[in-house]
Amino acid sequence: MKIMQPGGLLTDPISAFSCGLMLMLGGAAMPHVLMRFFTVPDARQARLSVFYAASFIGYFYLLTFIIGYAAIAMVMKDPRFLDANGLITGGANMAAIHLSEAVGGSFFLGFISAVAFATIVAVVAGLTIAGASAISHDLYANIFRHGKATDHQVVKVSRISAVCLGAFGVVLGIAFKDQNIAYMITIPFTVSSSVFFPILFLSMYWRGLTTRGAVAGGAVGLGLGVILLFLGPTIWGEILGHGEGIFPYKYPALFTIIASFFTMIVVSKLDDSPRARRERAEFDDQFVRSQTGVGAEAPAQH
Amino acid sequence: MDALHARISANPAFHALQAKRSRLAWTLCAGVLAAYYGFILMIAYAADTFRQPVHEGAVITLGVAWGAVVIVLSVGLTGIYVWRANREFDRLNARILEEAHRESHR
Repeated sequence: MKIMQPGGLLTDPISAFSCGLMLMLGGAAMPHVLMRFFTVPDARQARLSVFYAASFIGYFYLLTFIIGYAAIAMVMKDPRFLDANGLITGGANMAAIHLSEAVGGSFFLGFISAVAFATIVAVVAGLTIAGASAISHDLYANIFRHGKATDHQVVKVSRISAVCLGAFGVVLGIAFKDQNIAYMITIPFTVSSSVFFPILFLSMYWRGLTTRGAVAGGAVGLGLGVILLFLGPTIWGEILGHGEGIFPYKYPALFTIIASFFTMIVVSKLDDSPRARRERAEFDDQFVRSQTGVGAEAPAQH
Repeated sequence: MDALHARISANPAFHALQAKRSRLAWTLCAGVLAAYYGFILMIAYAADTFRQPVHEGAVITLGVAWGAVVIVLSVGLTGIYVWRANREFDRLNARILEEAHRESHR
């Protein structure tokens, strides 16, 4: 039973550590996790919400074991789901969809396909709206126009960026179509673990963090993360067809997280501007607020 | 520092609560980290141990069993924190805030 053994995804200790660190810290700082705190009236409900979410996420991860092994047992031996070369029709990412047909026939296949399609549409719609509003509201209206854009202009930019993001998504989707979904997760998790996590962690626990340090460290984490992913074995090696990556590891998070923390600490230490001094002095107030919730008793009205 | 914040900060009960809460949080955190990085360390350096079945003739290997334990343990430890924070810590916290507000009206 070779399938129940640690296998091909993690081949050396550095990859194993890097992947583990990326999934843990990246997951902790994902925007959907943080969004949880915007939808609850108080800290008590936020904690309960975290507990429910943790339970469902745990349940989901336990299911992946079962679905994965069931797919190996029932799909990989069934000639209906294999192409001429003995590989799964439509690629390995289709295994769970084929499994539904193997278990429940065409009725269950239709049901699971509908669920998968609805999920994809919901996620794509959500991401397009989030991306278009970030471009139109944050970048265009506030940064390029310094808050002087009219609503009409913002909506127009938002529409144009939704179309562009959609087209860009289609192009990337085609380029990455043969990649395993497990690798695709690497891209957002690398960014989350080396940009969002260090900023959140240091701003809560270290009084010395300044805005300049946070921006510099976040920029290093993001830039280095994207560059190392691009030069790694998957994008440079497989997708662009150079065989091997210039950077040898599939998971650069270990290096980018260290670089991000290091830059944040060094830049904050060197930052002696009046703004930095004010920010350090404000830490005690923030600490009392974060520990007791004082000043946040009533939920904000939207 | 804001006057209300300064009064909270001067209350020894605030520091006691904060110390108690962070001790629990870091203990639970250490539990999750040990289980999770133990798992990663085993994959990195002792993958052969993970290839052993849980008992003679079993299909499930130690690696799969440990993986399931990490998931269940993480949910359980989250539950412990939420349970204690929502009962004990929130009560202590409410008392500290009440004292601080009462002093400010004096």
